[in-house]
Amino acid sequence: MFRFILSRLLQAIPVLLVVITATFFLVRAAPGGPFSAEKAVPPEVIKALEAQYHLDQPVWQQYIGYLSDLAHGEFGPSFRYPGRTVNELIAGGLPITAELALYAMLVAIIIGVCAGVFAALKPNTAQDYIPMSAAMLGICMPSFLMGPLLVLIFGIWFEWVPVSGWGDLPGDKILPAITLGAGYAAFLARLSRGGMLEVMSQDYIRTARAKGLPEWVVVLKHGLRGGLIPVVAFLGPAFAGLLSGSFVVETIFQIPGLGRFYVQAAFNRDYTMILGTTVFFATLIVLFNLLSDIIAVWINPKLRHQLREGS
Amino acid sequence: MFLTKNCGLIFLIATLLLSGCGSGESNVTTGNRDGILHWGNGTDPQELDPHIVTGVPEHHILTALLEGLVLKDPATLEPIPGVAESWVISDDGKTYTFQLRHDAQWSNGDPVTAHDFAWSWWRALQPALGNQYAYMFFPVKNAEAYLKQEIKDFSLVGVKVLDDYTLQVELTNPTPYFLQLLDHYSMFPVHRATIEKFGAPDERGSLWTRPGNFVGNGPFQLTEWQLFKKVEVAKNPYYWDAKNVKLKGIRFHPTENVTTEERMFRSDQLHHTASIPIDKVATYQQKKPGLLHSHPYLGNYFYRINTKLPHLSDKRVRQALAMSINSQQIVEQVTKGGEVPAYTFTPPNTLGYTANAGFMFNPEKARQLLAEAGYPNGEGFPVTELLYNTSEGHRKIAVAIQQMWNQYLGVNIILNNQDWKVYLSSVDSGDYTIARAGWIGDYVDPNTFLDMWITDGGNNRTGWSNPRYDELILKLAPEASDRETRYSMMREAEALLLEDMPVIPIYIYNSKSLVHPSLKGLEPNILDYTLYKALSLEHAPTPPDETSH
Repeated sequence: MFRFILSRLLQAIPVLLVVITATFFLVRAAPGGPFSAEKAVPPEVIKALEAQYHLDQPVWQQYIGYLSDLAHGEFGPSFRYPGRTVNELIAGGLPITAELALYAMLVAIIIGVCAGVFAALKPNTAQDYIPMSAAMLGICMPSFLMGPLLVLIFGIWFEWVPVSGWGDLPGDKILPAITLGAGYAAFLARLSRGGMLEVMSQDYIRTARAKGLPEWVVVLKHGLRGGLIPVVAFLGPAFAGLLSGSFVVETIFQIPGLGRFYVQAAFNRDYTMILGTTVFFATLIVLFNLLSDIIAVWINPKLRHQLREGS
Repeated sequence: MFLTKNCGLIFLIATLLLSGCGSGESNVTTGNRDGILHWGNGTDPQELDPHIVTGVPEHHILTALLEGLVLKDPATLEPIPGVAESWVISDDGKTYTFQLRHDAQWSNGDPVTAHDFAWSWWRALQPALGNQYAYMFFPVKNAEAYLKQEIKDFSLVGVKVLDDYTLQVELTNPTPYFLQLLDHYSMFPVHRATIEKFGAPDERGSLWTRPGNFVGNGPFQLTEWQLFKKVEVAKNPYYWDAKNVKLKGIRFHPTENVTTEERMFRSDQLHHTASIPIDKVATYQQKKPGLLHSHPYLGNYFYRINTKLPHLSDKRVRQALAMSINSQQIVEQVTKGGEVPAYTFTPPNTLGYTANAGFMFNPEKARQLLAEAGYPNGEGFPVTELLYNTSEGHRKIAVAIQQMWNQYLGVNIILNNQDWKVYLSSVDSGDYTIARAGWIGDYVDPNTFLDMWITDGGNNRTGWSNPRYDELILKLAPEASDRETRYSMMREAEALLLEDMPVIPIYIYNSKSLVHPSLKGLEPNILDYTLYKALSLEHAPTPPDETSH
């Protein structure tokens, strides 16, 4: 197991290097620089700015400089926010995005698994079709539609929850969490329905029933255990996806998270910020994929056995 | 199993998440009670250093935190005393002597003196600082040469401290709008000891602008700054006119998404919005006209034409294009926000200046001009590209104009949109055919609309050049002895511009925002200039929300 993790971590290094290199040269190849503006700026000022951020050096030299900063854990100063470093911006936005992703994950698990299991209990009846159609709708409906719709109904018509913000007014975290989690909830519903259907037709479930156990014990204790393996395997990549994919929800609800920095940085040609967030998210995705592989190996005896034989 | 073991935990967190649902007062309710204004401020501010920032949102915050020599009367935009209680202008209009008030103080109690201004302006002109608004100082004698380091001795720049409370400024030319520039943030004073405590004077992004460090001389002081979340300011007890500051504080909300901003306003989270979604204007006009504030804005929407291209180098072609745009129809049916069609480049009545209309919508004349230029009914006219930066609003206008040109002139236009920075780079390098543009005046004077079209001016970007125009704008108008002579020079220049038509004016901008009835003292003006000390909050006479639509 240790060697498996180590080899996966070593494999991650060239992957990240490719990501860094490609991003570095791509953002510099894009037309328009961080200091281009609608109102012409005196050339002396542009020159001074470029010197300050080392943009007057040859690109390869900038690249070497960036890699060496990165080796020291420095993402460099942001171009758009003159007084801030990229490290500071990521450190400021990450806890908020992580909190949002966590709540969205909980929403997804609670709604998704309940709906999936519920549907799987009576397959091909109304109890199955209704939640599964709703899930299909959830998968299809993008968050930029779902968000404003929820705001209109619960924020403006009923006035139950605030329409935007994060941690300012009571209840303002509810709608963003639901909006972001809904798509994943739908996906989890389908996964858990599939898993449950397969498990509920197994012999040991019949045995459990034959023992005379009440149905809820059969489902919760024996059925869920096997039925949710695909769900657990999906959680790692899903969490990484929630973290890096929160841009739309953060924009709709004015949430000061990392997703907005990521997208805005590209529009602003904030070179260091684009690189910093890309490298950061790439690392995160690599780690979460590794984590979900480890969990998959850990809960699946077949895979564990294969791994032992392979090494 | 993950789920069953952690069920309790999950439900606990879910309960926490849902707790407090539906309770709590709105920002407007608490704000009116506590004297805190909730201000939708558009894009998130980049910085709070007045010599580094470039945007309107930063402008709104900085005018609360700092104060220049003079302020503007928000109703008339005439200069009123700020840190300077009076000023004398020499007969030749080139020397300004400011008498500073003795009771002006920084937010730490230090006195504000003439030395503060001289030092701040020295700092603003340090090339290494990268001040993108350094050109605001260019009317001051030798300021431009100093920025370019053609002269290295700041004592040659026209800023002189006569004594602690007297500052003399010498200009290259009489500049009638000079007093207005003093109210631009690039000319605000900064607190020397604070800046030097946190770094070199010309260091970009030192920590002096953070809450707790920032020392200002405006009606408010900085108490909180969280990126993408809020900037909070509280009344500054050391401000010289503190007794007339009615608000206890302002919270600036970043509102990048106009749709979200409007929803925030509707649920009483904001007193004032930076903007309003265009598709909501009609609804507010019909159902709640009192909340929608709309007034002309000192800016225009226009198309640049690349005069270096063979088929567009003929001015008859450019005139034909201009005359076949029905801008009345565009403002009525496309933009629909109360904009005014433009037939001059400078918005009419800019400080008493109105240029003569240079063209009119006249498709017959347009067809005739195009035929004279060798393209009867558009035959043989090359397929021409119309470039705009990616935005639904620009696209709608471009589509309308594409149809008009096709219908009236028979020419084929293809539309191209580019991301903002790509678009800037294309226009700046002349890599375009016809391009959408906008221009917001820096100050209320026709010069801010006309000096951009001089030969090779940084904002010209059309390749257009006219020696007489350059002479009028650079030499004759600045040296004119009185306003009428100066304006007649400018009118002549603008007539040349509109005759040659390197640009097609389309409409004059309109500033639109939503204002809660409890906010008093807001004066509409063409600069969207706000004097915060004039604002106050009262309990709303009407129930907060009846605008469900």
